[in-house]
Amino acid sequence: MTSRAILTAYYTIVIREIRRFTRIWAQTLLPPVVTMTLYFIIFGNLIGSRIGEMGGFDYMAFIVPGLIMMAVITNSYANVVSSFFSMKFQRSIEELLVSPVPNWVILAGYVSGGMARGLSIGLLVTLLSLAFTNLSIHSLPMMIVTVVLTSALFSLGGFINAMLATKFDDISIVPTFVLTPLTYLGGVFYSIDLLPNFWQGVSLLNPILYMVNGFRFGILGVSDVNPYVSLGMILVFIAGLVFVALTMLARGKGIRH
Amino acid sequence: MTQALDIRGLTKTYGDGFQALKGIDLSVAEGDFFALLGPNGAGKSTTLGIVSSLVNKSDGEVKVFGFDIDTNLSEAKMNLGVVPQEFNFNQFEKVFDIVTTQAGYYGIPLRRASESAEKYLKKLGLWDKRNSPARMLSGGMKRRLMIARALVHEPRLLILDEPTAGVDIELRRSMWSFLEEMNRQGTTIILTTHYLEEAEALCRNIAIIDHGRILKNTSKRDLLQELSLETFVLDTEVALNSPPELPGFVCRLDGEGALEVDVEKGQGLNQVFVQLEDMGIKVVSMRTKANRLEELFIRMVEENASSAKPAEGVAE
Ligand SMILES: Nc1ncnc2c1ncn2[C@@H]1O[C@H](COP(=O)(O)OP(=O)(O)OP(=O)(O)O)[C@@H](O)[C@H]1O
Ligand SMILES: [Mg+2]
Repeated sequence: MTSRAILTAYYTIVIREIRRFTRIWAQTLLPPVVTMTLYFIIFGNLIGSRIGEMGGFDYMAFIVPGLIMMAVITNSYANVVSSFFSMKFQRSIEELLVSPVPNWVILAGYVSGGMARGLSIGLLVTLLSLAFTNLSIHSLPMMIVTVVLTSALFSLGGFINAMLATKFDDISIVPTFVLTPLTYLGGVFYSIDLLPNFWQGVSLLNPILYMVNGFRFGILGVSDVNPYVSLGMILVFIAGLVFVALTMLARGKGIRH
Repeated sequence: MTQALDIRGLTKTYGDGFQALKGIDLSVAEGDFFALLGPNGAGKSTTLGIVSSLVNKSDGEVKVFGFDIDTNLSEAKMNLGVVPQEFNFNQFEKVFDIVTTQAGYYGIPLRRASESAEKYLKKLGLWDKRNSPARMLSGGMKRRLMIARALVHEPRLLILDEPTAGVDIELRRSMWSFLEEMNRQGTTIILTTHYLEEAEALCRNIAIIDHGRILKNTSKRDLLQELSLETFVLDTEVALNSPPELPGFVCRLDGEGALEVDVEKGQGLNQVFVQLEDMGIKVVSMRTKANRLEELFIRMVEENASSAKPAEGVAE
């Protein structure tokens, strides 16, 4: 394919993905907005006012970056895992397999689709948070780079999950048993300074902690970890997952007999 | 001349160890209308699946218009349109979007994709349904949707795996004339079907496959000429109790009391009627027992099942 044809194929996949999640907006866009509003009201306003400061900021301001990241992570992952798995399930993946689209374009298209949803929701939640607190941004580039790369990383994760999944149960195992706990324990709601030494050490093994803190650094200028280490780590994970996903696609794992 | 499809020594062993193809050789000339026939489980979909990149081959070589799928896959795919046996579109997507999206996968920009989608949706009688989600189409419409989708990038080779399964007679006829028209305009067509009259009506060349081997690969004309014996069914005015003696012919009564007569090629039917006339048996109507190709097909597949050795044509 010529590079222009490849670009057309890439747009086609991305547009199809965006069309899908906007068509079912009540399942994709609305729920995170509702949940996040509840978090803001309950944790930020009601409980937060009694907690006082966290990491040098009032509690509401402290959790906003974490909640935005939580929404971005969950939705980037969910978009790709459910879209790609349902393509497999309905066999419409065959439309791509018979066509000359190179594997890396398929991957890029799906990851971009997941990022489109993750980042739109991130933006919605950010706008929503402005109704509850004032965000003064410490470093816009840091904030944007972190959220974009995190969204890409979890879209990749969703893609690999969908390639491996053979039934609908398989697409909810990772979000429920891995992503949710790691996000809750990833410093969204508290600074790990509060934890005893041992648990601080354990927390540092959680990759999501780095992403949440990198993003929080971009907004507030405070972080439990070095934000550049966070970025480096995300990049290494992305490279690893891209390699895994492309290898699986080349073998036709779960999509070609 | 380059062949539209050229398959050499193709084998396929599925993950569970089942060998679905045991070394297939097949070539289809450009411009041909070709039928791949065989009973359920013979390996038709497996063969077509490998050609269209839906199934990984175990061994062998496949070329589409000279482009090897191992080394020039992208060019091979560009020349190929596929209508699979089972519905494989997103049920929630709109008809028009399904077709234009497919064009996009071939790198066709949206404006040209829309024109092409309109052309084929109109030709296949689906234009009124363009804004319906695919799940709201009837079975026959879904098949036609898959044909429109396969043609949107104007491939030179169109492969159809049982395109008329579950399609009513009238629609089947209109699909036939659509495919004939495509073929006249230069598209090479390969189809599988279980309706042998379909193969007889449409195709010029035929291959018969069974248990992962090609039993026969020849022109329809030669295949039909091999059929030396034809059975006619005669309905008599008065039902017979026992088959009459007709010297030179084998006859018997079928389950409903009609008379079946086997006639060798070149033997002619006159003698049958002369002798029946003499016996005072009045014939009110006559038909051939089955579709000729069907008879041949059944005989071949039965022979293949009863002989342990592979039948002729395998060693070509
Ligand atoms: N994914 C698979 N795993 C294991 N065996 C398979 C798989 N797909 C097909 N087979 C087996 O391979 C053989 C050939 O199947 P194939 O679908 O090619 O037959 P077919 O000629 O298309 O039959 P039909 O007329 O019923 O569509 C069958 O015995 C089938 O059970
Ligand atoms: Mg089949």
